[in-house]
Amino acid sequence: MTRRLARFPFPFRADTYRYSTNVEPARVPVETEAGSWGTGILDVDDEYGPELAERAAVLDRDPARLQVLSHMRPACWDALHTVLGELAAQHPDRMSLERTGPDLVWRNALLGIEQRFTDGDDASLPGGPLGFLGSQVQDDIVLLDQREGSLWADAGIVTFAADWSMRFDVGMRFLEVHGPVPRVHEEGIISRAERFLMRLQPGQEYRRTNWTMSVDRRLDQSTEIYPEWGPDRRAIADADGDELARRLHLRVEVQHLVRLGHSGAVMFLIRTYLASLAELATVPAWRERFGRVLAELPEDMADYKGLDRFRGAAARWLLAN
Amino acid sequence: MTLDLVVGKTEEIAPGIRELTLVRPDGRLPPYPAGAHVVVECGHGRRNAYSLTGCGVEPDAYRIAVLHIPDGDGGSAYVHGLRVGDRVRVSRPRSAFPPVATARRHLLVAGGIGITPMLAHVRAALRWDRPVELLYVHRPGVAPYAEELAGLLGDRLVESTDPDEFGRLLQAALREQPIGTHLYVCGPGPLMDRVLTDAAAAGWPPERLHLERFVPAALDPGREFVARLARSDRDVHVPSGTSLLDALHAAGVAVPSMCRQGVCGECRVPVLAGRPLHRDEFLAADERSDAVMCCVSRSETDALEIDL
Ligand code: FES
Repeated sequence: MTRRLARFPFPFRADTYRYSTNVEPARVPVETEAGSWGTGILDVDDEYGPELAERAAVLDRDPARLQVLSHMRPACWDALHTVLGELAAQHPDRMSLERTGPDLVWRNALLGIEQRFTDGDDASLPGGPLGFLGSQVQDDIVLLDQREGSLWADAGIVTFAADWSMRFDVGMRFLEVHGPVPRVHEEGIISRAERFLMRLQPGQEYRRTNWTMSVDRRLDQSTEIYPEWGPDRRAIADADGDELARRLHLRVEVQHLVRLGHSGAVMFLIRTYLASLAELATVPAWRERFGRVLAELPEDMADYKGLDRFRGAAARWLLAN
Repeated sequence: MTLDLVVGKTEEIAPGIRELTLVRPDGRLPPYPAGAHVVVECGHGRRNAYSLTGCGVEPDAYRIAVLHIPDGDGGSAYVHGLRVGDRVRVSRPRSAFPPVATARRHLLVAGGIGITPMLAHVRAALRWDRPVELLYVHRPGVAPYAEELAGLLGDRLVESTDPDEFGRLLQAALREQPIGTHLYVCGPGPLMDRVLTDAAAAGWPPERLHLERFVPAALDPGREFVARLARSDRDVHVPSGTSLLDALHAAGVAVPSMCRQGVCGECRVPVLAGRPLHRDEFLAADERSDAVMCCVSRSETDALEIDL
């Protein structure tokens, strides 16, 4: 069993999958057939260095992956304090956040950095508070402001999106961001989720999982670079069994939903995990369950997730013993 | 979720008004947005909500100010009787009156003890450079925090002890504001009514008016009832303060659950007889006669027959 699989958040609890408002309290470990996940809000794993380097490269090419509307400054600082504090609490031997009046020092031995900054002074941190935070955690981060009875996606740093784009979504209502998902609106799932988020009290933390599939270990599948990853989805349908199993990945997002204390913003931490079909198949229970889920998935949902061309082949490969 | 705090300081800051400083000896206090309140357990099952007056960033203490209400239910007398070192149980901070981040300007109107959440609003506004002004009406000689506010706000604080004068000041303030100003009011009922009426007359849209209303700290504990389990022919007693889900669990009946907030749909239980008291966000109107979300909902009738 690889270390990656031991921590992989395998998302299926049954042999069928439908959308639901599948939120549950955070920090509760989940046992899986291969290990467990979910003990903390943040998961610093073996991919920490490489994924942060990848984020930096994406931002270098396209700085618009970081979006902050001006009224979100307090929320960005709140997110920074909350998440750095959480990292330091989880890794006291390698990370620390020290404060002397308005002056702070962040030390992160994993990256070999020591960053001094002044509380509330955006210019004292490279990338500002949200940009800097994105250089310390593997998660994509979206901050929602609550007003006028709605949530608004008014800030975010998103480099590992699965076919969406922070640049397009910034400033939109939560309900609009989720516009085109089939079934989800009819079933009232999004408005229920929004009401739930709006009622979160300071410090409350929940989580949910979401999944899709992708070709190769490619984290950045943002809408704006569709031409770079879209064609692979078509080509993979014709691959032979071995190549299919090696290149096709189950892509799972663990999303943490945290009501920040001071700013009152809702913070989404979106952490993406990838495991190839070949890897998953080393856990027999997963091989079978994922195969069944794919085989049963209704057409419209497979379409929306962009799985229509290859899910049949994937299901056949998984279910063939 | 509650916090066990200790009274670090208690001080009469104005006639009949006592400020309590609550500290947490064993850990840090959770941060909160301006306008948040805590619910304080005041003995004999009484629970009163009080605004926190700090700005809420990394608080070292929670400060509340409590007006003694002689003919109240005894909650304020209880708080006034607390001494340094006494233990107090309070809820985690709850936010129902936060500043609107996109507001161009914040116009705060406070009457008497209604100043407490405004103090927090002022502090947060200054911290984030938000344009703010405060109109504060109080009785002569009973002006909690007036000095401190004058220091913080300078001429952005306007005080009045005379209702007629206050009326004129309010009219002027309502008419002078730039588009995009949000108004926040907290104080006695008649004052709030007056502010809302005048604001409406001056053409303020309701979305830009915010009033402090204390919401129940959590779902109220509810009445006791009996859950009649049709399949196993058993009665499960559900006491006040215990959820149906927990009562079923205690009786060895496993019902799946996730959110425990009435949103995820996991804990749905079919209802055969009796009238549920729905408190969930999950069930659609047409599902409400024959199902109940047992993590939050209860029963209107003394017994609820469920298909378990
Ligand atoms: S446990 Fe989620 S609705 Fe009851």
